[in-house]
Amino acid sequence: MEATTLGIVIKAIIILAIISAVAGFGTYLERKVLAFMQRRLGPMHVGPYGLMQILADGIKLFTKEDIIPQNANRLIFALAPAITAATAFIALSAVPVFPDFTIPSWIPLLGGTFVPSVAADINIGILFVLGMMAAGLYGPLLAGMAQANKWGIIGAARTAIQFLSYEVVTGLSILAPIMIVGSLSLVDFNSYSSEHAWLMFTQPVAFVLFLIGGFAETNRTPFDLLEHEAEVVSGYATEYSGMRWGMFFIGEYANMITISVLTAVVFMGGYNDMLFLPGWLAIILKIAFVFFLMLWVRASWPHVRPDQLMWLCWKVLMPIAVINVVITGIVIMV
Amino acid sequence: MYEQIAFYLFSVLTVILFLITVMSKNVLYAMTSLASGMVLISGFFFILGADFLGVVQLIVYVGAVMALYSFAMMFFDATREVKEKNTNSALVFILGGMSALVLVLMFAAPIFSEKIQALYPMHPEAGNAQDVGIVLFTKYLIPFEVAAVMLLVAMIAGIILAGKKMDQSFTQDMSVDEEILTQKDVK
Repeated sequence: MEATTLGIVIKAIIILAIISAVAGFGTYLERKVLAFMQRRLGPMHVGPYGLMQILADGIKLFTKEDIIPQNANRLIFALAPAITAATAFIALSAVPVFPDFTIPSWIPLLGGTFVPSVAADINIGILFVLGMMAAGLYGPLLAGMAQANKWGIIGAARTAIQFLSYEVVTGLSILAPIMIVGSLSLVDFNSYSSEHAWLMFTQPVAFVLFLIGGFAETNRTPFDLLEHEAEVVSGYATEYSGMRWGMFFIGEYANMITISVLTAVVFMGGYNDMLFLPGWLAIILKIAFVFFLMLWVRASWPHVRPDQLMWLCWKVLMPIAVINVVITGIVIMV
Repeated sequence: MYEQIAFYLFSVLTVILFLITVMSKNVLYAMTSLASGMVLISGFFFILGADFLGVVQLIVYVGAVMALYSFAMMFFDATREVKEKNTNSALVFILGGMSALVLVLMFAAPIFSEKIQALYPMHPEAGNAQDVGIVLFTKYLIPFEVAAVMLLVAMIAGIILAGKKMDQSFTQDMSVDEEILTQKDVK
């Protein structure tokens, strides 16, 4: 069935609404999961089990005073958080979040509209997502440079190093699955895994490398050097307050979800029906699992030093990724 | 119809952004506008149906090249305005004249465009990446390999230039700090 403009617009709105809400809910989940892993209770006071904490946080973010430092470059300072949030959501536009569905005809106005699984079904989806996430580095970078703050500029420098280095790892690690599937389209990845074993089992090295690179690109804890409190106060976000800081936050969580979706679609079988599970439920469970994995890793590991970060990327992960690509190539040829 | 709207929107924005890049005296404005101009140029590739090249433009220029530029920009005070020294006005004159000539040629190009033929037309059934790959590994194999060797040379040169004392760790080895301190004393 052909995707209409209306269907694509609906899909875009669904992605925006759901992912923003889930990004908010993700903060609650993160605090709860971390708390349970560290034998605490986490947020408990606002609402049952602290469920209304998200609302309280939202009110706090919206009503906080918006401060722009005196010597800061006001325009770029205001633009940077928007770049982070925008690139995160643009990356999601090429990711198949749910299977195709048609809106039931009993709903007025929109009934019968076909909503595609991917908002922008370009046949190089995976590269587009990685490229857009790479462009996301301008958010922290410009924020750090515009705010006339030493901590900010150190954070910006770390952003540039970390994102540039780990882009190489994610790109190279995902190259081997691309070679096996023979396509750059995420929909093709999905249909490949409906007939073959999950790429997670046939490409375990690439899977682990992609997860590590993904953690680094989303600034998750073993690699959260961009805004590590003990060293650089808050890094690039030092001078930000209120909703501007909130936009960085939403962008970061949206990126986490993008990485989770990519992992689920590329390595874990996508939105195919699984045993008794329907496809839409299967992919939600997979995304949730990868998201949980990020929190789990955060609770388990201390963060690395900057020099260890570079050592890990260039001396360990990148050679392994290259060797993996070469071996995969030889196996495919033979 | 959508394509035309998108084209005019992108072209106007690109020209404005690159003008800001050239005219602005603020490092930060120049850098931001150059990066966003690069993003918009990838939009042109998407309009032309060359998805793969569009994404490559995005990854290479926005993700890598511009990020390296901005990394160099960190050595400047980004909030201050740069005073440009303009010593050679003849050079400015020649460069300006040449860009005007190029502009005239570009606007005259549609007159000849009917005679232009695509030597390697796209195959919609094969997809973009395959088309680029086939051309790259048959017709343009030698330039491709030469470019690869050039990049290798650049990489080795970079490693040699930056590689002094790479066997020492700056965070653990205190003798490096002492050396830096003594160098300061000498100055």
